[in-house]
Amino acid sequence: MTRKTRRLWIVIACLACVGSAAALTLRAFSSNIVFFMAPSQVKASPPSPDRTIRLGGMVMAGSLHRINENGTPVNAFQVTDGQAAVEVHYTGILPDLFREGQSVVALGTVQKDGGFTASEVLAKHDETYMPKEVADELKRTGKWDPRFGKAPDASSWDTMTAKKAGG
Amino acid sequence: MFGPEQGHFALALACVLALVQFAVPLWGANRRDARLVGLAPYLAVSQLLALGYSFLCLVMCAVSDDFSVQNVAANSAVSKPLLYKITGVWGNHEGSVLLWTLILAVCGGAVSLFGRNLPDILRGRVLAILGGVSAGFQMFCLLTSDPFERVFPAPMDGQGMNPLLQDPGLAFHPPILYTGYVGFAVPFAFAVAALIEGRVDAAWGRWVRPWAVAAWCFLTCGIALGSWWSYYVLGWGGYWFWDPVENASLIPWLTGTALVHSAIVVEKREGLKIWTVLLAIATFSFSLSGTFLVRSGILNSVHAFANDPARGVFILALLAIVIGGSLALFAWRAPSLTSTGLFSPVSREGSLVLNNILLCSICAVVVTGTMYPPFMQLLAGRTISVGKPFFDAATIPLTLPLLLAMGVGTALPWKRAQLARTFSHLYAAAGIAAIGLALCFWKLSGILPIACGALAIWVIAASVSDVLRRIGLGHTSAQGVWERMKNLPRSSWGAALAHIGAGITILGLCGMSQAEHAIVEVHIGETRSLAGDDWTLLDVHDYIGPNYKAMQADIAIRHNGKFVTILHPEKRDFTTQSQTTTEVAIHTNFITDLYGVVGDRHGTGKDTTYVLRLHRNPLAPWMWLGGLVMAIGGAFSLSDRRMRIGAPKRAAARNMARA
Repeated sequence: MTRKTRRLWIVIACLACVGSAAALTLRAFSSNIVFFMAPSQVKASPPSPDRTIRLGGMVMAGSLHRINENGTPVNAFQVTDGQAAVEVHYTGILPDLFREGQSVVALGTVQKDGGFTASEVLAKHDETYMPKEVADELKRTGKWDPRFGKAPDASSWDTMTAKKAGG
Repeated sequence: MFGPEQGHFALALACVLALVQFAVPLWGANRRDARLVGLAPYLAVSQLLALGYSFLCLVMCAVSDDFSVQNVAANSAVSKPLLYKITGVWGNHEGSVLLWTLILAVCGGAVSLFGRNLPDILRGRVLAILGGVSAGFQMFCLLTSDPFERVFPAPMDGQGMNPLLQDPGLAFHPPILYTGYVGFAVPFAFAVAALIEGRVDAAWGRWVRPWAVAAWCFLTCGIALGSWWSYYVLGWGGYWFWDPVENASLIPWLTGTALVHSAIVVEKREGLKIWTVLLAIATFSFSLSGTFLVRSGILNSVHAFANDPARGVFILALLAIVIGGSLALFAWRAPSLTSTGLFSPVSREGSLVLNNILLCSICAVVVTGTMYPPFMQLLAGRTISVGKPFFDAATIPLTLPLLLAMGVGTALPWKRAQLARTFSHLYAAAGIAAIGLALCFWKLSGILPIACGALAIWVIAASVSDVLRRIGLGHTSAQGVWERMKNLPRSSWGAALAHIGAGITILGLCGMSQAEHAIVEVHIGETRSLAGDDWTLLDVHDYIGPNYKAMQADIAIRHNGKFVTILHPEKRDFTTQSQTTTEVAIHTNFITDLYGVVGDRHGTGKDTTYVLRLHRNPLAPWMWLGGLVMAIGGAFSLSDRRMRIGAPKRAAARNMARA
């Protein structure tokens, strides 16, 4: 075994492993990437029902209610970004930090009727932190300028007028 | 005596000492001035003392409820139990950075104390590099996140600590994980010192390996502990979420595992030198980036409770200097390192090369999956995320050949192996693996869990049979076996244990892939069945805890009519923080976990119902048990005489003469 053949072996092994890693990554990316969407985006262009997305926004105050489907409890609530609201159905125990009027991210699929079935609901770790996507969306739509204090309560957004920056 | 100002002064003093520790030995080594180089251990120890005093001051502030210190006021409260007053010191950003630098200083002190057999010049340079990194982090602490800042007027009581974090598992998780992260600074310093010196040899491999193994043990424990914590505290029934913060600890673990293995080749065969140096640099760079990812908020995650982009700039500069500098040095000096060991592809070295390639491929996949979403957001403005499906699909197929090679690798001799001869050693293990495969087909569903399960059994069987062959069981007398057992190096025992641990963890993961759960809404007295067990909600009652109100459920579990246990899951309401936590109840017989969570109460009177989540998690405890066995294996090989003694005297003397 000369130095050259050994090097050749190592190069072949590296190429094989890195190549298969790249192929696996690309394949997994093409089928498993999850896009984040705000309720208004879901309303504007609903994704296909077999596509998992992350829906983020504020839980509208007073919208949480329960449906009992043959002994299985289903939580239903509205998630809003101030422009549109999407009805979310989630089977299971809502996280400890889930509150009405606070931000939430739900993982799941959009159904044919426009409702959203969540397989996972994430609420944040502490009181002051809002998921970045939700904060960006609020800022983009002019519902909240962080310079003027905390994010407003989600129930008030539909009637709010967008604040001008610096106003 | 232990006030915040004294602590602040000691921190500044440690920072200055670290800067001196960085500059003087490097300068001295360049001028071949033995006295200047000889200062390094004294500087390292005095830096450690100063920093230890500083940390003690912060702990004393927290213990004595000095709410005039901003950090204590924000994170502690009078009513908090003493244990969490102490551990709360590192539960926040400022304190955790101070802990980080303290551990780095402890590493420097350890190199000074245990590295007496190192050549003076090499030790001086290693300590200088450690001092430089230390100084950077201490400056970060002093300039952007001072833990001793006073607040005026001082509040009467602190704001308290997130109740989710008041848990013994999480209290000791950060120090262990940080020791793992920071421990890789020592191999990094050795790598940089070797690059400056322009020489890597077998002795270098032997010196660097114990430090890498020690750091690896701590990192393994830290990851396992973190995973266990999320399993029993978060109450989602999950153990690993492929969260950026978790990935940030997995990435250095993968490269660190590769480093631990490739350093063997440097030690035994003087091969893979450049690669090992690069791995040492990469592992510490990933550890540093791990902290950076958590601290800067670049990657948002459920774990990030210390988001502050302003500090990110400082950390980013620090990272650029440490990582960029070491990589530039590597590019400049690495070509002067030449490998001498020749080996055939089918040999121990060959299998270790394969191990390294596979581990690094897995690492590359995890890095891509972790970094791609934030980069996409930065470049394309589209928010995306990848989760468990992506990582499962991309990493498991790469793990399979790794497991296969783990079994074969330890049976191969160095330099050149005869396949037929090697396979003759592995018949028994292959037979057991075949039985395992049949067992997996029976118990598991899904092609990947079956393959992983069978290969995990293969790894365990091959490791055991390798040890049995080495101690000559069945070939020699009992006396001979005992003699051989005593003579078999501890590092061989350690390697076998670590491999068995990995097999146990993989088996646990396979078992968990078959976990079942149900979410039910029941009245008191109602029974639901899940996977052969009958779960009955007996009663629910409220009680008042020290600083919370709790709702506790009693759930009886029967298996085929036979009573198994009563679970007491709770839901606690912390009034001061207006936060609820879920207390999971777990019954384990080390084969299966029965895991119960109580959710909301609905309705009133006779119509009151409770939401319960019931899980049956097969082999769940094995995941963390395997991690523990891996770490014990690492600790065992650390106790190997060869590791403790270090390089043979002759090599050391030769180095001294050359230096």
